[in-house]
Amino acid sequence: MFESPTIAEFVTQSNLASTLPGTLLVAWTLLLVLVDLFAGDEREHWTPLMACLGLGVSFVANLFVYASAAGQQTALYGMFIADAFTGFLNIVILVATLLAVLMSRDYLKRAGIHRGEYYILTLLSSAGAMFMVAANDLIVVFVALELLSIPLYILAAFRSIKNDGSELALKSEESGMKYFILGAFSSAFLVFGAALVYGATGTTNIPQILEIAPAVVDAASSATFYLVVGAALLIVGLGFKVAVVPFHMWTPDVYEGAPTPVTALMSVTAKIGGFAALLRILVTALSVLVLVDGGAAAWQTTISIIAALTLVLGNFVAISQRNLKRMLAYSSIAHAGYIMVALAAAGTAGTADSATQGALVYILAYMFTNLGAFAVVMTIERVDGGGGNIDDITGLARSRPLLAMAMTIFMLSLTGIPLTAGFVGKFMVFAAAVQAGLVGLAVIGVLTSVVSAFYYMRVVVNMYLRESSGELVPALETIYVRWAINIALAGTLIFGIFYPLASNLVSMVSIT
Amino acid sequence: MDVTGLSLTTITLFLPMLGLAILLFMNGETQRENLKWVAFATSLVTFVASVLMWINFDPATAELQMVQRNTWAEVSLGDSAINISYFVGVDGISMLLVLLTTFIMPIAILGSFGSHIFAERGREKLYYIFLMLLEWAMIGVFVVHDLIIFYVFWEVTLVPMYFLIGIWGSEERIYAAVKFFLYTMAGSILMLIAILYVGNTTGTFSTYSAGGDVGVIEMVQSHEGAGTYWDAPEAEAEGEPGFLFSSVESFLFLGFLVAFAIKVPIFPFHSWLPDAHVQAPTAGSVILAGVLLKMGTYGIVRFNLNLFPEATVAWAPTIAFLGVVGIIYGAWVSYAQNNVKKLVAYSSVSHLGFVVLGIFALNAQGLQGATLQMVNHGISTGGLFLIVGMLYERWHTKEMADYGGIWKVMPVFGGISLVISLSSMGLPGLNGFIGEFTILLGSLGSDFLGFAFTLFGTLGVILAAVYLLKMFQHVFMGELKKPLKDEAGYKLRWNEIAAFIPILIMIFWMGIQPIVFFNMLDISVDSIAALFVR
Repeated sequence: MFESPTIAEFVTQSNLASTLPGTLLVAWTLLLVLVDLFAGDEREHWTPLMACLGLGVSFVANLFVYASAAGQQTALYGMFIADAFTGFLNIVILVATLLAVLMSRDYLKRAGIHRGEYYILTLLSSAGAMFMVAANDLIVVFVALELLSIPLYILAAFRSIKNDGSELALKSEESGMKYFILGAFSSAFLVFGAALVYGATGTTNIPQILEIAPAVVDAASSATFYLVVGAALLIVGLGFKVAVVPFHMWTPDVYEGAPTPVTALMSVTAKIGGFAALLRILVTALSVLVLVDGGAAAWQTTISIIAALTLVLGNFVAISQRNLKRMLAYSSIAHAGYIMVALAAAGTAGTADSATQGALVYILAYMFTNLGAFAVVMTIERVDGGGGNIDDITGLARSRPLLAMAMTIFMLSLTGIPLTAGFVGKFMVFAAAVQAGLVGLAVIGVLTSVVSAFYYMRVVVNMYLRESSGELVPALETIYVRWAINIALAGTLIFGIFYPLASNLVSMVSIT
Repeated sequence: MDVTGLSLTTITLFLPMLGLAILLFMNGETQRENLKWVAFATSLVTFVASVLMWINFDPATAELQMVQRNTWAEVSLGDSAINISYFVGVDGISMLLVLLTTFIMPIAILGSFGSHIFAERGREKLYYIFLMLLEWAMIGVFVVHDLIIFYVFWEVTLVPMYFLIGIWGSEERIYAAVKFFLYTMAGSILMLIAILYVGNTTGTFSTYSAGGDVGVIEMVQSHEGAGTYWDAPEAEAEGEPGFLFSSVESFLFLGFLVAFAIKVPIFPFHSWLPDAHVQAPTAGSVILAGVLLKMGTYGIVRFNLNLFPEATVAWAPTIAFLGVVGIIYGAWVSYAQNNVKKLVAYSSVSHLGFVVLGIFALNAQGLQGATLQMVNHGISTGGLFLIVGMLYERWHTKEMADYGGIWKVMPVFGGISLVISLSSMGLPGLNGFIGEFTILLGSLGSDFLGFAFTLFGTLGVILAAVYLLKMFQHVFMGELKKPLKDEAGYKLRWNEIAAFIPILIMIFWMGIQPIVFFNMLDISVDSIAALFVR
């Protein structure tokens, strides 16, 4: 019979200590509710500050857990896993959230939509992402995904709290609604996929699926069929979250309508959560889903096709965008494609580790660069939401040389030019792809990055090579925003110039 | 194992970065007058450092010299890890091209002193920062022997050149800059895949062996006893594998070649060149013609020939044919131009065609001639672009019809221009002749190319005389069509004279005493040519 443990037993048996980075952040969020309640008129000052502090606390907890943990440990009776993979992505998520919070403070103030809930929801969403990268069970994947997504739905619609019928508020409302409906829809796929996998293997625990699946595959019964369909549905569900073709339709509208700091945040953390889950499910649990003897995992072809489509569509459609946020939305679709290339490479036995490491470095580089680019775009936007078009940055190099320089480096990094973090990420991803024998996919990857050079360079052209015709852009260049840009810039350059830094950070990562 | 210890190569390589750092901390407005001096002094010190390298250089060995190799990072590939190393060193070919780079750079900087582009576009500080970055990256391309780091330097050259053309270029600068960037990036990015494939197959990214670690080139050459190209088929017939990358060698070869062919540019990949050259500011054109194009031909010699000898032989006639087409086509189109700068730009296509022909003759003469021609072309065409730039500074037009009779008002300038034009068309006694002659000699004695290659190549020498004399006649002879309002403009400024003097010295020195430069190349080139000896 099952005996309910005492609290002390529960704490030790469930190894709660190793979940601290995530749980502390959730606890801090609750504290933040109180702070916001009692801070009074000072709240627009105190809440973001406390939010940053909470991220710092979580960061320190993360360092303690992963510095002490030798190898990997599970918690909550095997549902939660704390390994180098989790630790690394936790750091990326925390830095991303910090940058987003720094960007938000003055943006919200200027837009007149400042509310304490904003930071609470932001932190909650990031906690969801942190649980997602630590999920060792399909149930946890689902719960964490909802914790990650639901706050983001609200945040996307955050401008509509001041619904004055303006186009901006409407767009924001549309953005939140669209995101919510499609997100809910995709969650259904995820749950159905998890159910089918459970039906085939009798467990939702990822390591246990790994143990049971070979027998299921060998049996070649209807259970094999359920397993394959279940895996496909999981890919669909998570594919929505990371916005890969053909599940990307919601992205441009949602990204354009949401308040810019929210867009920046969700273009990074939601993708991290989704990719972490994909990697854990496909690489750890379903690496044994090999239908042809000695071949790669059965999902490799599917992922390769998705990756190729994503790369081509994301990059080509981005060319025709005039709005910078929409352009960055399509570019973020394309970048999901590059991470998909790494995921596909992980399907070949023996390449799994280097491909996973490549994906992680790519995510790190993408986080710094993309947040930086969004921060610059946010800076030059006008209060009425205008000013975010490609023509509006014309002559920025004259009016705001430092901002233009930062944006140039972000654009070069997104293109993948050496000495920026973007190159290091692309390099590791393509190295893994070549090693996995997916040379064709790697070639598509590099060729589409030439295409991407076209629209990224157009930004640089407008900033540097054309002279401004109109008046000076009223930039939101406050100290907080400047710090966000500086941190992003430092990350982009440091990880780009000192290549070993990134590769050493992930060298311990292994999820096979 | 690493070969540590600071080498002179490293010092030369990083000197421009020092200048860049100083420039970064200067105020672009208040210290505006000093910017150019910092840049010029840096490039001069870099030149001195490279001359020191030359003094230390021992031409009697094919080994890399002044080597430094430090492990930089590890790429984990499955069970094994591949080192990426900071691996620099020079052999004869690298040495000569490093000297060319550091030689051209101060001249290009001198040429842009007091240029109108700063009055129009400003941002002088940024301009010199980009020049320093460019010099660093170009030297890097010529001295590194690790494929990944090579790729890094190779791509980095794009960025400063893009801005130089885009910000300080003429009317169509944006189109030219974007075209330059996309075109060259499209070519080089496939090289990255080829590099990764080579690394994945051989387990190293180092091309040369150092400190006990075997490099890719040695692996290729010692693979299963396949000593030269001619042994390989026999080895394969006996059931042994031939060269290392047998089945995919052609793909890898093309992966590298496309990158280099666009940079050179080999016909039909040349369409970016006239735009970039014509729109670039004078210093940009000088560096583009003087050094940047040579990165392509250098890459072919260093990587294509060494790493993929079998594919090289298979493709040699095709590419040499494209080289010859380039010679004729470049000369033909050049003759048809009314725009002086475009004429000089197309002449580059023609001259680089000779270099390609020399390389794919695949023998010692051809390679020596090709390498020497790279330097010659850098000096002569660099000089020609300086001339065009100085004309433009005074008359603000590039149309040949607007000029005429310049010799009358600027006798010294006319004389210098004549010498440089003659050098470019290959007059015996001047530097151009030596390179072209050796190339033609090489192609005549080549095992892989027929007589027709030499024949049509020689035709190119004649055509060169035609278009260059046409230019000289239209611009410098006849009646003065547009007198300057201010007669002081006829006088050459001191920095212009200072830029021409080293060019003239080199034109005569290389023309009269080429043995100095041949000696430098001899052994290094032989070690490559030995791969293809029958």
